[in-house]
Amino acid sequence: MLRVEDLHKSFDEFKAVNGAHLTVEKGQLVAVIGPNGAGKTTLFNLITGQLQPDNGTVLLNDEDISRLPPHVICRKGIARSFQIANVFHRLSVFRNVQISVLSQRKLSNKLFQPAARLVVDETHRILESVGLLDRKMDVAGSLSHGDKRILEIAIALGNEPKLLILDEPTAGMSPEETTTTMALIQRLAQEEGLTILFCEHDMEVVFGTAQSIMVMQQGHSIIQDEPEIVRQNTEVQQAYLGDE
Amino acid sequence: MFSEMIRKKAFGISLAIFVILLLAPSFLSRFYIYFLAVIFVTALLAMSLNLCVGHGMLFQFHHGVFYGVGAYSSGLLLAKTALPWWMAFSAGPLAAALAGLLIGIFCIRLNRLYFGMLQISLGSLIWAIAFRWYDLTGGDDGIHGIPIPDFIASTTSSYYFVLIVLGICVALMYLILKSPFGSTLQAIRDNPERCAAVGIHVRRHQLKAIVIATFFGGIAGVLFVVVEGSIFPDLLFWVLSLEIFIMCLLGGWFTFAGPMLGAAIIVSLRTFVGTYTEYWTLILGVILILLIFFLPEGIMGYNYRRLLRSRSKYTSESPVE
Repeated sequence: MLRVEDLHKSFDEFKAVNGAHLTVEKGQLVAVIGPNGAGKTTLFNLITGQLQPDNGTVLLNDEDISRLPPHVICRKGIARSFQIANVFHRLSVFRNVQISVLSQRKLSNKLFQPAARLVVDETHRILESVGLLDRKMDVAGSLSHGDKRILEIAIALGNEPKLLILDEPTAGMSPEETTTTMALIQRLAQEEGLTILFCEHDMEVVFGTAQSIMVMQQGHSIIQDEPEIVRQNTEVQQAYLGDE
Repeated sequence: MFSEMIRKKAFGISLAIFVILLLAPSFLSRFYIYFLAVIFVTALLAMSLNLCVGHGMLFQFHHGVFYGVGAYSSGLLLAKTALPWWMAFSAGPLAAALAGLLIGIFCIRLNRLYFGMLQISLGSLIWAIAFRWYDLTGGDDGIHGIPIPDFIASTTSSYYFVLIVLGICVALMYLILKSPFGSTLQAIRDNPERCAAVGIHVRRHQLKAIVIATFFGGIAGVLFVVVEGSIFPDLLFWVLSLEIFIMCLLGGWFTFAGPMLGAAIIVSLRTFVGTYTEYWTLILGVILILLIFFLPEGIMGYNYRRLLRSRSKYTSESPVE
């Protein structure tokens, strides 16, 4: 479904992404791991158009989507969350999710219809599935950090994505919140049949859930394979596990 | 629901104010009727600016230009052609929206402050045309004694006309802000990057907001002609733009009705303090400084926050929504 081929991106002299390869098959739950600064977030930003690659291609269902602007990439079926909690902090939780549902249904430009009555059921369904329904009238800025991260996933779900990309969904969460969030991600993958690509720096979190793991170090991909094979790879052990 | 309660209360208060204003001409002197009409015109102008500033976080620093373009287009057509009044009146907002579109196309590529700075430059060009093109615009004298259609020529009838148009425009703006378009605009204000990532063409959406705001700004310009019967280059001078910007900040730029309150306060100051001293802008400056330090969200914003805080359960980051 998604194929990233030999992607490069440097900022001034620093090579943030330096030869990244990645394949995501339909229905898979794929993780990208690597130490902090390995280029995971930059890779995601290159895929979803926040950054433009210097070299290399990103293919979505064999269509080249590299160098397209973010909103076009989103309309092609890739939705994402960000590493820093990136919500609409002055709007209600309900409205946060509704914005993306409206965008998905191409209703964002309606001028004289009250938004309060549009796509209510769809928005409620998403809020219920992530467990934020009882907070729907709260201002998003007043949520706890963990809930903001969950809300982010909910916003991304509003786009009914073919591929959901989550940038360190558990960053800054307590161990309990991490467990809940990973359970949510697994449930979304199984029950909704979503294809999910996410990154993590905590190894244990990843080996429990992902079906395929890509390991990044200093901007390039070392390997992508099933968790057990990745775990036994000597290069990975040296590069990453050795640090632990 | 608490916010529902506030909304009902706010609606009740505005209805009461509207009824009082409808009755006002029966007990106020001519000067005060005229004075209120000036406030209405300015209130509409400030409301239109706030669509960009408060709800879109677009630093429209030179909104006065569109007010001026609206006033000049309809004023010139009334004074120099035999076109029926309604055509001259509709020319105002349309010309303003067109100017908004043209200037917006250039400005929208830039962010925040640079957006505002480019707008001041482009807007000043239009001011220069109005100021220098004597044959058409009357230069710095402007044009006076513009023929206003009979049915709104008297002080009282123009008062009612302005009040009703203001009412309609405010209702329309309210609908727009509550619509998917307005909600999305507010989402862009809070987080443009996230909006792009949910599939919204951020720049185009903002450009549409500018066109809508300048359209309403143009209507305010037409109303100015109705009330004053004259046009002059000060209408599109940057000082006026600064004044209406302050009205939005003072009234509460994240609130819906705040700019109207700001307009009422500033116009009152200008009228009453202005009779004592030419340097009343000094007071404006002091107000701005106090505002930045003590009421960063304006009067309405402050009140709303206090209301919210009085219900401990509802702690909010901001008054809108």
